[in-house]
Amino acid sequence: MSLASQLPALQVAVPMLTAPLVALLRDSHLSWAAAFAASAMSFVLAIAITGQVIGGETLVYHMGGWAPPFGISLYIDELSALLLLIITGAATLTLLAGRGSLEEQVGEARMPLFLAAWLLTLAGLAGIVVSGDAFNIFVFMEISSLATYILVSGGPQRRALTAVFKYLITGTVGATFYLIGVGMVYMMTGTLNIADMEVRLAEVSDRNVVYVAAGFITIGLALKAAIFPLHAWMPNAYTFAPHIVTAFIAACSTKVSLYVLLRLDFFVFQKNLVDHELQFAYLLMPLAVIGILYGSIAAIFEQNLKRILAFSSVAQIGYILLGASLISVAGFTAAVLHFFNHALAKTALFLAVACLGLQFAKMRLEDLRGVGRSMPWTLAAFAGAGLSLIGVPGTAGFVSKWALIGAAMEKGAPGAALVALILFSSLLAVVYVWRIVEVTWFGHGGEQAKAAGGGPITEAPLWILTMTWVAVLANFWFGFDSSLPMQLASSSAEEFLRHQP
Amino acid sequence: MSEILGLFNYWVFVLLMVIGFYAVIAKPNLIKKLLGLSIFQAAVFLLFISMGKVDGGTAPIIQNGNWDAVFSNPLPQVLILTAIVVGISTLALGLAIVVRIKEAYGTIEEIDAIASGEATQLQQDSGESKQ
Repeated sequence: MSLASQLPALQVAVPMLTAPLVALLRDSHLSWAAAFAASAMSFVLAIAITGQVIGGETLVYHMGGWAPPFGISLYIDELSALLLLIITGAATLTLLAGRGSLEEQVGEARMPLFLAAWLLTLAGLAGIVVSGDAFNIFVFMEISSLATYILVSGGPQRRALTAVFKYLITGTVGATFYLIGVGMVYMMTGTLNIADMEVRLAEVSDRNVVYVAAGFITIGLALKAAIFPLHAWMPNAYTFAPHIVTAFIAACSTKVSLYVLLRLDFFVFQKNLVDHELQFAYLLMPLAVIGILYGSIAAIFEQNLKRILAFSSVAQIGYILLGASLISVAGFTAAVLHFFNHALAKTALFLAVACLGLQFAKMRLEDLRGVGRSMPWTLAAFAGAGLSLIGVPGTAGFVSKWALIGAAMEKGAPGAALVALILFSSLLAVVYVWRIVEVTWFGHGGEQAKAAGGGPITEAPLWILTMTWVAVLANFWFGFDSSLPMQLASSSAEEFLRHQP
Repeated sequence: MSEILGLFNYWVFVLLMVIGFYAVIAKPNLIKKLLGLSIFQAAVFLLFISMGKVDGGTAPIIQNGNWDAVFSNPLPQVLILTAIVVGISTLALGLAIVVRIKEAYGTIEEIDAIASGEATQLQQDSGESKQ
């Protein structure tokens, strides 16, 4: 067998097997180099996999040569490939940018173990995305979650511990709900392979237990994906995690749970259960709408920079969900595009926060008054990524919002209300982004006293600043040329909605 | 009556699940929350094991070359073996975090109230030095 056919397994194996090695290297620099090499390697693998699946191919890989339904199969289509690009790209970029920031916040002594947890998170997230087996997804979900708890608890303030405890309880309950749902489906179909479930569920689709299973799976994954009103764990976990960790997990961890939700719902349930797409839309669309409004308004009233961005994530998850709950090819395309574009914008924003974090201990807005005058490049990057978050034309955020508006238009009169909602919530985004820009550029007083070392505030080191700008420029690049995510999104939408008339 | 007795395992599953879930939500003590989480997970283990049981089936081991015996489904048992490992890891990590919370706060009761009280206090007096 050639190496090219082993890529799906390597995608998980490389970070997972490097993790213990990184833990054994007791030196901070060496372990960082090994962890970075593994992340970059997974990114290269993700690009190679995307090259193989683009154009409608799906990769099916049988672990250990055991054919399904007996063996575990890996299943990669274009949506999985897009998620792999997001996960590995975010991990690589943030790790490359974040060495100084991590060493300061986590401590050099703890770095090797911390980086091992980082790689396990990466392996778990990649594993969820490549897996074609419902139970295997549960296992990878727990691997990535447990490792993420460790990453979040590495935050310097003691409130990180209470935040992570809440995250642990919520995450475990969510994963266990998912497991109950998978168990019930297994009870009815006798299979765990998603492709097999899709076929066999047809025979038992009139049984109540299947609906109960769909409910458990949806709620469990909604908890993990921080869908409003199950988002309570998220703002504190994002706020008190080390900045670089926030940049990483904000880009991918909730999105991967959303991916599993879409995969199971559209592939397994909507094809077989009568009117399930309507139930999906009636349950999730109101939640998406309220989530968008609530997240944006809460962001306006928050005082802490990271909490503002965390509540903005609640709203952005709402956009993704809104697109998916339209149950149309255009809507699904918009949702998948927003996976990609929101990850780009949030990574850039949190990297800019990490730049600020090298100078400031706390991220309260009142401490950041006028900091734009001493750190112009950092705050300019922040403003640039903020434009993408709002969805200003010329940025990546605009592409997905435009697609979402176009998809809503197709729905007639209720669609017009949704368009109004999207425009209104974009205005709310302008308010909370502008609030930060105003305070940091035009605020006065107090900034000198709050510097970490007591000395004058200086611009962030060139390295992390360069990486932040790479992320910001990616936002503009994909705003002008969105053909790659667009192609992956539209053909995965076609695939997911094949069963629709 | 047979409806109830025939589904005995599933009734126990639901009962255990609700007890565990109640403890997770209602108990202020962090250790009790984790115990509730463990009961909750154990309930799911019971669900899986029950569904793999075949009436009159024996343990899925081929003994004395007897291939024709009725075996219980081994797959749910294997799955639950994995899930037990996951559960133990979660519990261990949770307890480790509780230890660190105890070190940092000196208590493991009503920690949410203390933490959010701390947040409001922090907002009032600005300028706390970096740890």
